[in-house]
Amino acid sequence: MNTRINRRSFNRLAGLGGVAFASGLFAHTEGGRAWAAGREPAQDFYFVQLSDSHWGFKNDAVNPEAQHTLPKAIAEVNALKQQPDFVVFTGDLTQTTEDPQERRKRMSEARDIIKTLNVKTVRFLPGEHDASSDNGAAFKEFFGETHYTFDHKGVHFIVLDNVSDPTAALGDAQLNWLKADLAQLDKKQPIVVLTHRPLFDLAADWDWVTKDGQKAIDMLMPYEHVVVFYGHIHQEHHQMTGHIAHHAATGLMYPLPVAHSQPKKGPVAWDPAQPFKGLGWRSVDSETKKMTVAMTEHPLAKA
Amino acid sequence: MSAPTKRRWATLTATALAAAGCVAAHEMAPKAPPVQTVEILAQKFNFTPDEIKVKKGMPVDLELTTLDRLHGFNVPGLNLRAEIVPGQTTHVKFTPDKAGRFLFHCDVFCGEGHEDMDAAIIVEE
Repeated sequence: MNTRINRRSFNRLAGLGGVAFASGLFAHTEGGRAWAAGREPAQDFYFVQLSDSHWGFKNDAVNPEAQHTLPKAIAEVNALKQQPDFVVFTGDLTQTTEDPQERRKRMSEARDIIKTLNVKTVRFLPGEHDASSDNGAAFKEFFGETHYTFDHKGVHFIVLDNVSDPTAALGDAQLNWLKADLAQLDKKQPIVVLTHRPLFDLAADWDWVTKDGQKAIDMLMPYEHVVVFYGHIHQEHHQMTGHIAHHAATGLMYPLPVAHSQPKKGPVAWDPAQPFKGLGWRSVDSETKKMTVAMTEHPLAKA
Repeated sequence: MSAPTKRRWATLTATALAAAGCVAAHEMAPKAPPVQTVEILAQKFNFTPDEIKVKKGMPVDLELTTLDRLHGFNVPGLNLRAEIVPGQTTHVKFTPDKAGRFLFHCDVFCGEGHEDMDAAIIVEE
């Protein structure tokens, strides 16, 4: 059963003001348990999620500051007093183009901008704009593999690719890879999944879905402490599938409306009175020993 | 009459009776409702027509073709999905059992206008 999560205030953790949200990320837990046996010791840390920068997008009615939005977000991250352990980009770094040369030009430019982050550990995954036109070929040239795992301070991160297949599927090969990875884990291992599209069926008629995402959710379900961070829908959104929390991030080019709030999906027009409204990024504080997470949403500042 | 000849007569008689029975049954059975055939053309980044109307309870045969590349056809509200392959006509057959407006969209990423590639089926009472 899917359930919306209620937001509540939470004290800010790292410098810039923002709207904060706390979640029992690793639910059903006993505080301080040494759940990371055999892996890195559990330690608190935080990371930043950037998403949907759509570098190369051009439409002044939607975002007349298109050239400045991603650099602005990076400047804000660089200004954090305490730097995050790493930054994740949850897809759609670039706006799609059918010209393979232009695609690579956009990826090269985006990569150069991202290199200005003070934090040098950056994890990438593709969105459909990056990868669906060539099955991820150009993305791999610039940003590496499209699905992989890594461990950080006791948390197991799984990066899933639900966009290189233009039908928005993970595919059997990746699902088998996921199954094999999960088979090595203790059921109490905290797991963070990073992906682009929602794994659950958020709004199928708006293409906000992963065709075989439920299979991945079913595989993750036996694990007690799982949370998913994703992009694609260009707005903050929180939902539960059973005990698994799914958190969508705002984008960095244009906001999209709430699902089914209007007849057709389309970018929300730029409001000159409120520039950058609906755009922003997220910091995620993994209070790992307490088995909780605190998310803080950072709307892009006007100035 | 030899035994083989008797069998042949019996077979012919049975066939004739069965055929007559079929005709009678056919005449007595209610006529099947006519099929509503609708052609839908897909190309980057639209469907033509972008709105089709069909009657509830009447069989529908959608004939889907594409002018350029692979597209998807997905109607979540009617639980219909197909892929539209270049050079082929894809038939999607169904009988709508509920009235309403059902959006359909391309669910195979096809380029910059992909997100705008949608249309609607109106099922009328």
